[in-house]
Amino acid sequence: MGLKKILDNLKPTFSEGGKLSAFGSLYDAMETFFYVPNETAKVRGAHIHDAIDSKRSIFFVVIALIPAILFGMYNIGLQHYQILGEESTFWCKFLYGLAVMLPKIIVSYAVGLGIEVTVAQWKKEEVHEGFFVTGILIPLIVPVNCPLWILAIATAFAVIFAKEVFGGTGMNIFNPALVTRAFLFFAYPSMMSGDKVWVNGNYIDCINGAPAVDAVSAATPLGQLAAGEAVTASPMETIIGTIPGSIGETSVIAILIGAVILVWANIASWKIILSTFAGGALMAYLLRYDGAQNFEWWEQLTVGGFCFGAVFMATDPVTSPRTEGGKWIFGFLIGAMAIIIRVLNPGYPEGMMLAILLMNVFAPLFDYCFVQSNINKRAKRAAK
Amino acid sequence: MANVIKITKGLNINLKGKAAAQVSAVPASKVYGLVPDAFWGMKPKVVVKEGDEVKAGDALFVNKLHPEVKFVSPVAGKVTLVERGDRRKVLSVQVEAAAQQAYVDFGKKDVKSLTGEQVKAALLESGLFAFFLQRPYAVVADPNDVPKGIFVSAIADMPLAADIDVVLKGNEADFQTGISALAKIAKVYLGVKPGSSLASTKDAEVNVFDGKCPAGNVGVQINHISPVNKGEVVWTIGAEEVVFIGRLFNKGVADFTRTIAVAGSEMKTPQYKQVLVGAIIGDIVAGNVKTDKKVRLIDGNPLTGVKVNEKDFLLAHSTEVTAIPEGDDADELFGWIAPRLNDFSVSRSYFTWLQPKSKEYVLDARVKGGHRHMIFSGEYDSVFPMDIYPEQLVKAIIAGDIDRMEALGIYEVAPEDFAVAEFVDSSKVELQRIVREGLDMLRKENE
Repeated sequence: MGLKKILDNLKPTFSEGGKLSAFGSLYDAMETFFYVPNETAKVRGAHIHDAIDSKRSIFFVVIALIPAILFGMYNIGLQHYQILGEESTFWCKFLYGLAVMLPKIIVSYAVGLGIEVTVAQWKKEEVHEGFFVTGILIPLIVPVNCPLWILAIATAFAVIFAKEVFGGTGMNIFNPALVTRAFLFFAYPSMMSGDKVWVNGNYIDCINGAPAVDAVSAATPLGQLAAGEAVTASPMETIIGTIPGSIGETSVIAILIGAVILVWANIASWKIILSTFAGGALMAYLLRYDGAQNFEWWEQLTVGGFCFGAVFMATDPVTSPRTEGGKWIFGFLIGAMAIIIRVLNPGYPEGMMLAILLMNVFAPLFDYCFVQSNINKRAKRAAK
Repeated sequence: MANVIKITKGLNINLKGKAAAQVSAVPASKVYGLVPDAFWGMKPKVVVKEGDEVKAGDALFVNKLHPEVKFVSPVAGKVTLVERGDRRKVLSVQVEAAAQQAYVDFGKKDVKSLTGEQVKAALLESGLFAFFLQRPYAVVADPNDVPKGIFVSAIADMPLAADIDVVLKGNEADFQTGISALAKIAKVYLGVKPGSSLASTKDAEVNVFDGKCPAGNVGVQINHISPVNKGEVVWTIGAEEVVFIGRLFNKGVADFTRTIAVAGSEMKTPQYKQVLVGAIIGDIVAGNVKTDKKVRLIDGNPLTGVKVNEKDFLLAHSTEVTAIPEGDDADELFGWIAPRLNDFSVSRSYFTWLQPKSKEYVLDARVKGGHRHMIFSGEYDSVFPMDIYPEQLVKAIIAGDIDRMEALGIYEVAPEDFAVAEFVDSSKVELQRIVREGLDMLRKENE
């Protein structure tokens, strides 16, 4: 086959000692992207292997994100034209959203993959595919009007300090995408905090970081709650997702489609998703508003980043517990903690990001408890 | 009624080319070879010289650490070669078979009248003791230990493994004698399939294991019946090797004739063959291997076996020889995202779940992915039916943390127990190699 020949011919150039050996891991990444490695099993050990590999698993997460991405694009346009008060067609809205979204995706991938490839080359390893998910998650959880240069800095910070310093994909403690958002949250609070900056009328102008002329703001439901105002969005709107918010988080339906794909393909743990909702529901019920704000307790689970976090962030296999029992506790506490932060903390209208990052820290502790009980059982048995 | 133990975790991999239940004899090889590597954890000391005449049952080498453990010739003839590799490591001791077979006469014995010590002495003398493996460490047993039990699994559920019913056919009496002899040494535990005729075996505690692979692994059975604690030792032996022991007492000879499966998608007619331990693989598979593509011959089953070529000798513990496509010239385009309808996967991102359960798969020897850190959790656990955290144990071994390996139960496992986990692993970690290294590391430390 032609392509194979081209790759084979190029191989010596990129191999150790070749002219372009500095780009060896990039070549490797391309080669394994096109062709399954022909590497066969060693003399001893399993001679046959399951067809699944981490490339496919990770790509399925991207597939699961597609509904949220597409809806997010449409919603950007929808919000834009709503604020301007202009009528527009479906495609017009969608293309507007695409135009806003695409630069963010490109920046996120270019910065993140650039660092990953460099590190892989330096460590003489293969490029790991973990960033393919992180790179698409980042544009989905930042505010629409986040300037690209800030996005680039935040992505670089997360990839280097949340992932590579720990040893790359599979070794990190914190979810890198959430670290990106946390970085923005604390380093550029004027871009992130408050109640009305999540959306801004004139996104395109904001891309270059220039202050939007005659920007009109719309408040998210959580922003309204934090300000003690009545929530304007109806439950139907929050479930469909035609409300202001971070790009990927608004549509409960799109996220649930993704959840079904992830759980069905055995990539995300249904235990974490279920227990996150259980924890969130319980806490939301206990801390419910007394009806004054036109907001039922269960609506807490449909607004903000709760669903998106529960399905795509909490279930990150690397930063969640490795033991099955630990997953139940992990999810439950994320749900509960997210609602506690939302309701009881006046500073942060949204609690999902901080709840997940906090529980990322505790994940090894949950594992420790379950593994230690197994160890104790064995020690007790031996002592008998 | 035998105790029924249900095993819920595991995975049956339905490979193409299962052996048909017809047994035929293999013409005698010219040369037979005993390979010390088949007896893991032993240092061979060769006790014959090239040119010596031996009978079947005469020692070829002994264990340097325990010289009373002998490894005997499967055939009578002339020692032609002591094959050595790097640093004079003994690779095999080869015997040219004589035209007329002669056996060392160990004398028929009535097992009932023997004591445990006498049985052990007879097994040591005849070279059969070499077939015992011990836990901890999954190495050749030490005759000075007092095992708390001897475990025999009569379930072969690894893909393409030889069916025990076929293997034991005609050897039932020897099998029973063998079990009775073992019972003199220590309590014998026999694991059988549901509905197996072996459930009526006497002198053993019979447990029925109902579940998917690796429920047939003796390690899984030990873990459910009487887990190995630090300081304890159990011995294990294959069901077909129990037959050897029965023959020793019933006939007075060390006769290593066994029925093995010759199976796999690249065999023309998968079937059973009656062979002698140490026969040349090429003689066993002669004319039976397909030649249209590159084939990998495996001594053993595709999950735990050893890659061999036709010139190698059948290893002592082997119950099957299998052939699968090598696949190193596949050049599969976009495999990581293609539907790959003919491939097998536990992941629902493939369509294995849509296929009928009876569908047989042709799997080649490719690893099918890049090696990664462990990313997805719970993969090993779903096919590891022991009360052990497999992932944490493997990580402790990689870290070389001896205390933690002990605490997490390394004494209870053998590399083969991780075979199915290695198969399903999307990060393609070489689990069996790592566990082997961990066991060897710990053994060295404790000696």
